[in-house]
Amino acid sequence: MSQPNPVNTFLLEAGDLLGQIEEIVLDVDAASPDPEDINRLFRAFHTIKGSGAMFGFDDVAAFTHHVETALDQVREGSLKLSSELLEVVLAAKDQIKTLLDAAQGEAAVVPGSGEKIIEELAALTGHGGATAATSTPAAAKPAAADVLPRQTFRIRFRPDRALMVSGTNPVSLLNELRELGECTVVAKTDAIPPLGEIQADQIYFSWEITLTTGRGQNAIKDVFIFVEDGSELSIEPVAALPIPDEPRKTAPEPTLAEAARFGDLAPAGRASALKKPPTKDATVRVPSEKLDRLVNLVGELVMNQSRLSQVASRFNEADLDVPVEEIERLVSELRDSVLGIRMMPIGTTFNRFKRLVHDLSTELGKEIHLVTEGAETELDKTVLDQLGDPLVHLIRNSLDHGIEAVDVREQRGKPRQGTIRLAAVHTGSNVVVTIQDDGQGLDTAAIRAKAVEKKLATPDANLSEKEVFNLIFLPGFSTAKAITSVSGRGVGMDVVKRQIDALRGTVSIASEVGKGTTISLTLPLTLAIIDGLLVEIGDDQFIVPMSVVTENVELRRSDRARNNGRNVVAVRGDLIPYIHLREMFGQEEGEPEIEKIVIVRHEDQRVGLVDDRVLGSHQTVIQSLSRFYRNIEIVSGATIMGDGRVALILDLAGVVRSAATISKQLQEISV
Amino acid sequence: MSKIIMTVDDSASMRQIIAFTLMNAGYTVVEAVDGQDALNKLTGSPIHMLITDLNMPNVDGIELIKKVRALPEYRYVPIIMLTTESADDKKQAGRAAGASGWIVKPFRGEQLVMVAKKFLN
Repeated sequence: MSQPNPVNTFLLEAGDLLGQIEEIVLDVDAASPDPEDINRLFRAFHTIKGSGAMFGFDDVAAFTHHVETALDQVREGSLKLSSELLEVVLAAKDQIKTLLDAAQGEAAVVPGSGEKIIEELAALTGHGGATAATSTPAAAKPAAADVLPRQTFRIRFRPDRALMVSGTNPVSLLNELRELGECTVVAKTDAIPPLGEIQADQIYFSWEITLTTGRGQNAIKDVFIFVEDGSELSIEPVAALPIPDEPRKTAPEPTLAEAARFGDLAPAGRASALKKPPTKDATVRVPSEKLDRLVNLVGELVMNQSRLSQVASRFNEADLDVPVEEIERLVSELRDSVLGIRMMPIGTTFNRFKRLVHDLSTELGKEIHLVTEGAETELDKTVLDQLGDPLVHLIRNSLDHGIEAVDVREQRGKPRQGTIRLAAVHTGSNVVVTIQDDGQGLDTAAIRAKAVEKKLATPDANLSEKEVFNLIFLPGFSTAKAITSVSGRGVGMDVVKRQIDALRGTVSIASEVGKGTTISLTLPLTLAIIDGLLVEIGDDQFIVPMSVVTENVELRRSDRARNNGRNVVAVRGDLIPYIHLREMFGQEEGEPEIEKIVIVRHEDQRVGLVDDRVLGSHQTVIQSLSRFYRNIEIVSGATIMGDGRVALILDLAGVVRSAATISKQLQEISV
Repeated sequence: MSKIIMTVDDSASMRQIIAFTLMNAGYTVVEAVDGQDALNKLTGSPIHMLITDLNMPNVDGIELIKKVRALPEYRYVPIIMLTTESADDKKQAGRAAGASGWIVKPFRGEQLVMVAKKFLN
């Protein structure tokens, strides 16, 4: 195993701690803080200071020291926590981040920014400002850099009787003295009590030592550094005995400058060695590329395993079947575990928003409180990474358009403080993330008017409330009266919708005027492997994501005729529109007498997909298509089947959209 | 057999640098993330020396030292505290609790090894 680089570990750790600091600062109640929160805050700064100094980030350590001191006062009760102080702590946290980034060449420190924060702190703590000497922890005493002339000392040492109880063995002290030079030790036994009074763990001896050394008095003091208190110790130089011709025996210790800085002892310059040793027992940090590689390998393994099963079934050989079944079971367990590794709690993403809400609500002059629920809900890392942007946008929208200004809220009899609730919950193979605000809700009339104005809808269109809400997802729609710095920067809800679509997710809106708006994002747990339903059209196979399938029904040619060519089928009394995949894929010839309809749920509507045969469920390892095919919206990817053939994965939203366009074109032609 | 030293620190980077330095000097190192973890790992296992941070969650350094000293089998084990404060009150509190010595952060590798040798040779 390559040696981990502690500097990298420190940087990762500092990042975590800064995240913790921000979380605590944004959560803590300045009026009556939880003492444990203050302790955690203090410890976080304390660790950054201590370890920062250790690894050569002296500016970080010196700066952090001021914050730590202030928090220590809060901890001990001599300074009261206030929201001003919390703001400064937050600014200090940002400053530390900048300093760390700057040390890695990723940012520049604004001159004077640190001093400003220190002054603000000083104003709040009532102490002298930046003039207070930055007591960078006393650096190590320099080792004997210059070899001193050899000198003889007489040392009298009567240790604290309880010395051994604190873990010090006096013999090792004497041995250490012997290492310094020629040494004679005389033990004094005068204080030893009668046998009956002797306690085995007490020391009754004292020593008189004569030592000749070239290392000076300080080196001797260093030997006794931990035992000085409570012991009687005297070190006196005896008349010097210069022996100039004798070669010096003791080699000089390396000077402080020569000695490599502590942090450099580890092999540096291996950026790839970001690995952390298994320090927190069960936690290992692994670069995410490694996980991606692992997932790809498992994907290939799953494909080959299904191929193997297919071949084995042809031989009907028990000796072969048993291990093949066993492999199937193992591979499926392996797949679940590997995908499990990539699952991360959504809480890390949520925490980013506390800061966002805090900063933006200040900027907008609104009072907004962010409540998060289900932070422990886990999602695939890839999904999580791509979820950040749409969530930022949705939350900005809620802050800016959703929640009213304080005075408006008061007029409407609502609490001054608006609430945004960000929640995540598991439902089956999906995670639903909801962003709920208690703001003014969506104004359907305004949306309609706007849509008409932008020619996104006709004035006489008969639209349900849901359909009106969905208008805001259309490209080029934005109801903000003026472009503010918060939202309305030209990125509309259509971008959010596209981003969520790309994650195979769906967006839905619920809103009540005056009460608030709830936006729900339904997201798949993973993007790598899905449960699919395998269907066949002619000789081609397609995958329909199992998560949307509700049921399968048959379609006879006679049924089709009865509906006068309209593509609808009656299922238990409901008329369900269907899409003929043969037509969509241009295979008009050779449809069987009885076709199958796979009924899927799409945006709260049921749609049938007509195919020749339903072959059954299939573990689908998703392979993305090359960019040559990126304009094909009805297919979201492909998978390799057990027999080596390729099956395309249908993109439901795309299929429905495309069918709608085709039928519209047909209508226009017939008109 | 090499002597076993336990490093107790909630900072992974500190544990890492301590472990790295001491292992290079031929010691075996056991890591604990806080005082409680240290106490859990101490029970029954041979540890020849403890190096502990003072500010830690759950059981802090001073409390850890007191609790370790109360365990008969670790009564005489050397305990070194790591402190960023060169101030005396922390040292005194540590000594009163039963610490054998202290190292002020930041320290150099040789210092740490020297202190380990001091107590273990």
